[in-house]
Amino acid sequence: MKLMDFIVAEAIVPEVAATDRDGALRELASALAKAEALPASAVDEIVAALVKREQNGSTGFGKGIAVPHVKHPMVKRMAGTIGRSVAGLDFAALDHQPVFTVFLLLSPENQPQQHLQAMNIVFSNLQKDMFRRFLRQSATRAAIVDLLQEADQRP
Amino acid sequence: MSTASRDIIVSNSLGLHARPAMQFVDLANQFRSQVTVSKGGEEPYSADGKSVMQMIILAATQGTPLRILADGDDADVAVEKLARLFEEKFGED
Repeated sequence: MKLMDFIVAEAIVPEVAATDRDGALRELASALAKAEALPASAVDEIVAALVKREQNGSTGFGKGIAVPHVKHPMVKRMAGTIGRSVAGLDFAALDHQPVFTVFLLLSPENQPQQHLQAMNIVFSNLQKDMFRRFLRQSATRAAIVDLLQEADQRP
Repeated sequence: MSTASRDIIVSNSLGLHARPAMQFVDLANQFRSQVTVSKGGEEPYSADGKSVMQMIILAATQGTPLRILADGDDADVAVEKLARLFEEKFGED
């Protein structure tokens, strides 16, 4: 599996306007709906599920990144997007540091293997210092897509 | 110093997703021993059992065999308790 198999390029938000976690989650879910990767009628419920997931345990795994995710019956096809916050967001991250890059992943409910594979590819990349740094520095949607495509080409 | 290891099989239906991975890491961090979790097969990977990111990279689905290895003065009890999380399916199913 590759990043661009499920990251929806048109839904990438190079500068998140929201200044808090829940606002950022809504902005990213709405961007996926606008790109028609998610029914617009599902946004409220998806955001509520994402917030609940964060309350049960932060997906701010440290090093400035968060990977909010849910499996939900209203998601018919796996879809992900990326939001970049210049100011940083409070995700109650494990290392108590602000989050600058949000990787949002929505999965259908009945495909746990596909979900694990997507998480595998996301974290394999996020673990690389260079990838995280470049992602944080990429100020446009085109630059972020370039970076993802380059990552996908590496073995 | 001593080492201990245990082979287990992921038995909960959702596999080792983020929540169980964090549960494992939280428990692993309570021990002084170094903890490693390894997966064989076509895409072998050894994860630091105290790193959530690395544990998620294992992407261990239901039925995946894993080896838990601990190295340190509390290795035996660490492996015992960590293996029990898998046996108890992380409270899922």
